[in-house]
Amino acid sequence: MLLREGQVRIPSGCAISGIINKKRKAFSGGIIMDSIALMHDRSNGLGGGFAAYGIYPEYKDLYAIHMFYDNEEAKDRTEQFLKGHFNVEIGGRLPTRKVASIKDAPIIWRYFVSPKRYKITESELQEDEYMFRCVMRINSGIDGAFVVSSGKNMGAFKAVGYPEDVGEFYMLDTYKAYIWTAHGRFPTNTPGWWGGAHPFTLLDWSVVHNGEISSYDTNKRYLEMFGYKCTLQTDTEAITYIFDLLLRKCGLPLEIAVKAVAAPFWSEIDRMGEEEKELLKAIRTVYASLLVNGPFSIILGSNKGIVALNDRIKLRSLVAAEKDDFVYVASEESAIRAVCEEPDRIWAPRGGEPVIALLEEVDKI
Amino acid sequence: MSLSYQTPEFIVERNRERCIDCQVCVRQCANKVHSFDEEEQKVVSDDSKCVDCQRCVCMCPTRALTIRRNPLEFRENANWTPQAIKDIYKQAETGGILLTGMGNDRPYPIYWDHILLNASQGTNPSIDPLREPMELKTLLGRKPEALKIENGRLAEKLPPQLELEIPIMFSAMSFGSISLNACESMARAAAELGIMCNTGEGGLHRKLRRYGKNTIVQVASGRFGVDADYLQTGAAVEIKIGQGAKPGIGGHLPGEKVGGEVSQTRMIPMGADAISPAPHHDIYSIEDLRQLIYSLKEATNYEKPVSVKIAAVHNAAAICSGIARAGADIIAIDGYRGGTGAAPTRIRDNVGIPVELALAAVDSRLRDEGIRSQVSLVCGGSIRNSADIIKAIALGADAVYIASSALIAMGCHMCQKCYTGKCNWGIATQDPDLTKRLNPDIAAKRLVNLLSAWSHEMKEMLGGMGINAIESLRGNRLMLRGIGLNGRELDVLGIKAAGE
Repeated sequence: MLLREGQVRIPSGCAISGIINKKRKAFSGGIIMDSIALMHDRSNGLGGGFAAYGIYPEYKDLYAIHMFYDNEEAKDRTEQFLKGHFNVEIGGRLPTRKVASIKDAPIIWRYFVSPKRYKITESELQEDEYMFRCVMRINSGIDGAFVVSSGKNMGAFKAVGYPEDVGEFYMLDTYKAYIWTAHGRFPTNTPGWWGGAHPFTLLDWSVVHNGEISSYDTNKRYLEMFGYKCTLQTDTEAITYIFDLLLRKCGLPLEIAVKAVAAPFWSEIDRMGEEEKELLKAIRTVYASLLVNGPFSIILGSNKGIVALNDRIKLRSLVAAEKDDFVYVASEESAIRAVCEEPDRIWAPRGGEPVIALLEEVDKI
Repeated sequence: MSLSYQTPEFIVERNRERCIDCQVCVRQCANKVHSFDEEEQKVVSDDSKCVDCQRCVCMCPTRALTIRRNPLEFRENANWTPQAIKDIYKQAETGGILLTGMGNDRPYPIYWDHILLNASQGTNPSIDPLREPMELKTLLGRKPEALKIENGRLAEKLPPQLELEIPIMFSAMSFGSISLNACESMARAAAELGIMCNTGEGGLHRKLRRYGKNTIVQVASGRFGVDADYLQTGAAVEIKIGQGAKPGIGGHLPGEKVGGEVSQTRMIPMGADAISPAPHHDIYSIEDLRQLIYSLKEATNYEKPVSVKIAAVHNAAAICSGIARAGADIIAIDGYRGGTGAAPTRIRDNVGIPVELALAAVDSRLRDEGIRSQVSLVCGGSIRNSADIIKAIALGADAVYIASSALIAMGCHMCQKCYTGKCNWGIATQDPDLTKRLNPDIAAKRLVNLLSAWSHEMKEMLGGMGINAIESLRGNRLMLRGIGLNGRELDVLGIKAAGE
């Protein structure tokens, strides 16, 4: 039997695309589908997915939990767990459309929940940490259950298939969001598993990623010391946790987190002024194990904006563009021009140089 | 005294057609194997004194000499090997403990040689170190769990870190066990390479104080040469609890090696035996070790990392966890193949475990306990080449210690007779006629050459794996696969089998 993701580590190449409207004007998922569809050849039909922010304005204060279940038993066990830890406002099947090329769908369910207050008090945790631990518990503790996304006013939609078909399947043309990210996957040795498709999410974070990181085990083993369980064994999962650790748990500013993940070279640090040198040296010393090595381009999505980042020697393509209130990032320029013919500015960010696009009235991620 | 049953270990073959009786070999051999027969007017050799150090072979201008193992055809016996028989003759004759030098030479498995490295193929690119930067810089010391940043600035300074340009250091070898020229060669090489050199427990000779920035000063059970100035001079302080070659026992530098310089450096009377007790007499438990660690931190104003070195023994993982919690900034683990100037043969060959297994177990344990970042791990005990280093780092080491390799670079031929003080290569001796054979200009250059060559090789291997900074290899066990190992060994190493 072929081992599925989580039982074996599966490297993959990919296409990514992201669009944000900084003024929070929601736009249809059809646009991001057009963008990612253009890069059809960068994926191989074994995984595609989307993350959308601002899609559930009517439930914006509740956590939207998207679930995959392999069977009814997993669903029952998870629902029992959810009922024990959350007030479930509403739960039901996530609407999908029949698409010929999308097969073997798991049971796809969606819940809007709020944590039980007394549980949080009992656990003496911050709400986000409580949420984080619940997600970890479901993913590693309940066989056949997988949390697809768990943030507020956001959701991830993914499947085995080409991304444009996946978007069709989830009827994303009927959703409106002010941030969309998308992913087309090219795994190299797998039958493809729905949970293993991207984006990978945790709380409000979502990551779409192109590349195969060579520092995976170093990153993973460091993360494990902080309670992260890398159940999927994918790079994207590890990268999501890295940002969660740096930004949420360590409370570091984004600029610092980026310098840890795509650190400047020592030769560059040597040329800096004393204060900056000391800072950068400290980052590389303390977070050495979080340097992400090998080729990657990623788009980190959150409810505050997006960050796109390349590895420090730019071993993967990444292009960014601006037009009015929109910022676009994608693996290829053509994927941007497909949905925005005449951008005001278009450029290829340098390796390790983040493209940060924040929503209005947000000063930091 | 009865007739000695000992037979020569080696045969010295002199090609008479080539030998010109120039007597170079006579002058080179401190063991007095060669002599000039005035009557015959020719050079002759006494096989029984030969230790196979190859000095005469290298120096003979006409290449007339060959040293061979004496085949000694004892009656075949798989149990009573010639070595076993000869050891008994020796002890029956002398009543003494068998002594030896350098590391364990028994044919135990060498785990490095059962581990294979990965390389990128197709799905991600390998990186060419000739075209792209490739970083080996390594920082040793305690790392906090998180940085404190305020207004984009560092709000709290980091604990002291040792900065190494490459993750290799010269391991502890004392002045006394080796010559001052050998110490100086390593100190100079360390300074040139931007790495560290360890004093061992022999103190720091005044001539070497200028290399303090590149020196780790050791505090061992004998406390030789330790004073405030010594601690201040070094870049870090290392407490030596044990040594891979002789776990559980102390050291003994015989009085005849304690001449003027050694005496001054060790701060002991000339001609006095320098005996390092087996335990530190102020450390009978881990809480005592904590006191010494903090005493040394106090003495150095918390400006220098404190390292604790132990021999790799069965319980290394739990011990290292204790050491980390006792406040050490660096833990050095020395495997059973680590060298020594002198050790009882039975101890050297039978006590301790391979450093590969110890390192893997320690790294895993510290991670399980969530305290791996609190300490840096240094692994020593027979690192023979750059591939061993890459494997050590992937198993979880931050850096490695090398000693035997460094001695070999300076000329050591691994004859294992360091304890005799007659090292013909001028390394493990205090005899001025011998020590002057080691020219620090040349030896330092050879050391720099060796480590530069290894750095190049490491960069190639890293690049092949698609990695351009050494820290991304640290603990990256997915880059390793085992070959010819059983499931249990793979589990301890925390690696998969080749093909998996």
